[in-house]
Amino acid sequence: MDTNTVEKMLQAAKEAGAEQAEVYHVATEETPVRFEANRLKELNSRQVNGVALRVIASGRIGFASSTRPGDVEDLVAAAMETSPFGPEAHFSFPGRTEVAAVETYDRKTEDLRPEDLITLGERLVEGVLKQDSDVLCDASVRRAVGTVTIANTSGASATHRSSALSAWVSGTLIRGTDMLFVGDADASCDPSIGIEAIIAEVSRQLERCQGNAATRTGEMPVVFTSLGVAEAIIGPLTMAFNGRNVLQGQSPLADALGEHRYDSRLTVTDDPTIPFRVGSRPFDDECLAARKVPLIQAGRVSNFLYDLQTAGMAGSRSTGSAHRSLTTQPSIGTSSLVVSPGDVTFFDMISGIEEGIVVEELMGAGQGNVMGGDFSGNVLLGYKIENGKLAGRVKNTIVAGNVHEALASVAAIGSETRWIGGVVNTPPICIDHLAVSAAS
Amino acid sequence: LDQNLIPRDEIQSALDDTGADYAEVRLDNTATNRITYRGRDLEEIGRTRSFGGCARALVAGGWGFVSFNDPSHLRDSVQQATAQARHVGTGSSNLAPLEARQDRVAAGLGKDPRTIPLARKKELLDSLNEAMLSVEGVTSTNVVYYDSHKQVTFANSGGSFIEQERIDVVSRLAATARKNGDMQQSSVSLGALNDYSYMEKLGDVALEVGNKSVELLNAPYCEPGVYPVVLDPILAGVFCHEAFGHLSESDFVYENDRMKEIMVLGKRFGQKHLNIVDGAAVPGLRGSYAFDDEGMPARKTDLIREGVLVGRLHSRETAGKMNEPASGNARALDYRFPPIVRMTNTYIEPGEATLGDLLSGIKLGVYARNWYGGTTSMEMFTFSAGEAYMIRDGQIAELVRPVKLTGNLFTTLENIDAVGSDLDFNQGGGCGKGGQMPLPVSNGSPHIRIQNCVVGER
Repeated sequence: MDTNTVEKMLQAAKEAGAEQAEVYHVATEETPVRFEANRLKELNSRQVNGVALRVIASGRIGFASSTRPGDVEDLVAAAMETSPFGPEAHFSFPGRTEVAAVETYDRKTEDLRPEDLITLGERLVEGVLKQDSDVLCDASVRRAVGTVTIANTSGASATHRSSALSAWVSGTLIRGTDMLFVGDADASCDPSIGIEAIIAEVSRQLERCQGNAATRTGEMPVVFTSLGVAEAIIGPLTMAFNGRNVLQGQSPLADALGEHRYDSRLTVTDDPTIPFRVGSRPFDDECLAARKVPLIQAGRVSNFLYDLQTAGMAGSRSTGSAHRSLTTQPSIGTSSLVVSPGDVTFFDMISGIEEGIVVEELMGAGQGNVMGGDFSGNVLLGYKIENGKLAGRVKNTIVAGNVHEALASVAAIGSETRWIGGVVNTPPICIDHLAVSAAS
Repeated sequence: LDQNLIPRDEIQSALDDTGADYAEVRLDNTATNRITYRGRDLEEIGRTRSFGGCARALVAGGWGFVSFNDPSHLRDSVQQATAQARHVGTGSSNLAPLEARQDRVAAGLGKDPRTIPLARKKELLDSLNEAMLSVEGVTSTNVVYYDSHKQVTFANSGGSFIEQERIDVVSRLAATARKNGDMQQSSVSLGALNDYSYMEKLGDVALEVGNKSVELLNAPYCEPGVYPVVLDPILAGVFCHEAFGHLSESDFVYENDRMKEIMVLGKRFGQKHLNIVDGAAVPGLRGSYAFDDEGMPARKTDLIREGVLVGRLHSRETAGKMNEPASGNARALDYRFPPIVRMTNTYIEPGEATLGDLLSGIKLGVYARNWYGGTTSMEMFTFSAGEAYMIRDGQIAELVRPVKLTGNLFTTLENIDAVGSDLDFNQGGGCGKGGQMPLPVSNGSPHIRIQNCVVGER
């Protein structure tokens, strides 16, 4: 969207009676290539082009969005119509600020042709099949480019371009009615995603699932792999650092700022400035400079995350953590979540465990009282530890606990970190004891 | 129905002479109103309009798909999708036959939310939110409401041209209670097709949600273990959807020989009293429609009849490849996605038992009610109850903290040993698959009893 149209829209909003206004425009183009049952199935191309208008009129926030071309008048009218009912604004749109460059675009990614994506996907599927030819793979390789433009009546105006290449594979192995699901994914703004690393990870999963191991009900050490941490722990953990949940008293950390709540070896940071990460960006979705925000420093609760409105209500400052889609207003989110590594290798971690479980994926982990930090799920992919060694696949077993309690009783933090889905970087973490229930 | 942004002859001519084995175009015109609250604060109120379209083409068994916002891209998109399909296809195209249809389907007769001013909607939501907040001990609430009016135009190279309109009215009420660092939530998810009127009858429901969250603070945990479990219609409906419904989606089966063995028609899955159906042709529910997103007329499909697998859900492609009758289950979330095999209204048919019959004879068990969430990995499932009670000596006894039920689908279906008579539907929330979420569906069941179910806490 050109500067002229943006200016025209801001002007139209002012003329319609808005004290302040903000235009958010997004244009994305993505090309996913999809493989089904080991074969190339579908080539897609998706374009999205839309604009959202946020106004502050008589001190209240109105909002409208549209993907219909030339909708300026309708859009302004709809935003103004909602504003009398909207929430009171506790902020002003920010003015022009210095924004440091963050690398999120690589021409080489944009230049990838569908043929290149197909070749990557074929390598991925063939690599997994080489490990076990009975596996049926679904896979996808996706190239995306996008531009975000934000401008407001306080004078801020910025555009940022990004590219992304992502790949995932999900393998199913069926024997009788016994089903095993394995898989891994990677994403990056440059074309450097690790196809070989994904294959290696899936191969490792298949190897470790040779044979089923018996489990029993009781408390025992549970090792979450990098995938396990990202899937089961990060979600409930970050909800507690969401400034809105803190403000509402819903976060169990509401009174815990500065307190030592977690194991001293634990440090977790939200970092939108890492070059070529798909969660990175130079400014947030309200046009504030993005910056690194430590959430947990050596076990201490060090910051909560804020957008403009929540910060205004809480008497705090925005941490540049506003995220939004085209159709929703900004809300608080994370960019790249980084858990600092410890000093124990994965094998040293398990070698000291007489009986325990390794969790890669918990099914249904996002259910229950997530806001309170509870997690609980059936082990979809996981292994038994017996006498310090991996002893086969775990099935029909529920692992349950509370992330805030679990991260206070950490037995060890791993030294090897991995990026999961391109947005979480974490080592494995061993929790001293968690409730395990086994189906008889 | 509104006038479309692209004239009919232009849509149809874009599909002429593509050289593809099959091609189709879908156009969406959607207007959504959304209001959310957090505690006493109205968090968000907004209005969204969207227009978008897509073209899909099939060449030699390979698919191409292109979506766009700018109506002038229609013709190019059809050609691009065809070129993509040509790139992918190496086999043969095999779609179940479809008779060309011309039709216009208007939204049904319920109370149209577009006739209600924003101020009135807000007033109503204010009162529901206040009802929850008025309960002593409730520290926070979350109210989500949206209504969306959607008009979809579908045309294919076989000569079909179908316009359909629907209105979804969706809401969620949730309350959080907190005491001494302990926190409990209670919530309901509700929805209706083409009808706002249920929103006007939620006063007692809101109060109950508030009360429940406070009661849960004082409830003990259920000792994890294996129990006989009675599920209410809502939770049993979720079980039916999550655990069995997804497995009957043929795109999981049609190119997977091992899955075909597991899901072979004629195989016994449950006892005589177990009957499961899916059908968009069941009228007036969130998963109801006249035509699916391939222009196939809606049906009602028997999945399990008297305990035996008798049918499954199909797109034209999966039906063609498996040489089974098409079922009208190809659905797309919106113009950004190609249609895939999805459920519609999935339910366990009622039997004859009363709730008392189901409870009687259970010495120690769990009565699980309401839906909190659920997922499946085909063989295994897990779902969370919104509330749970112990069953002692055939009676519903004390409230316990919400439980999670998990197990193996095949043994659990066999373990359903009694089916109630009180069929009811869950119309809240939506289903997710392949990144397409939330797709409007409903699920339902009468009360059912399952023996030897694994119950975990939380």
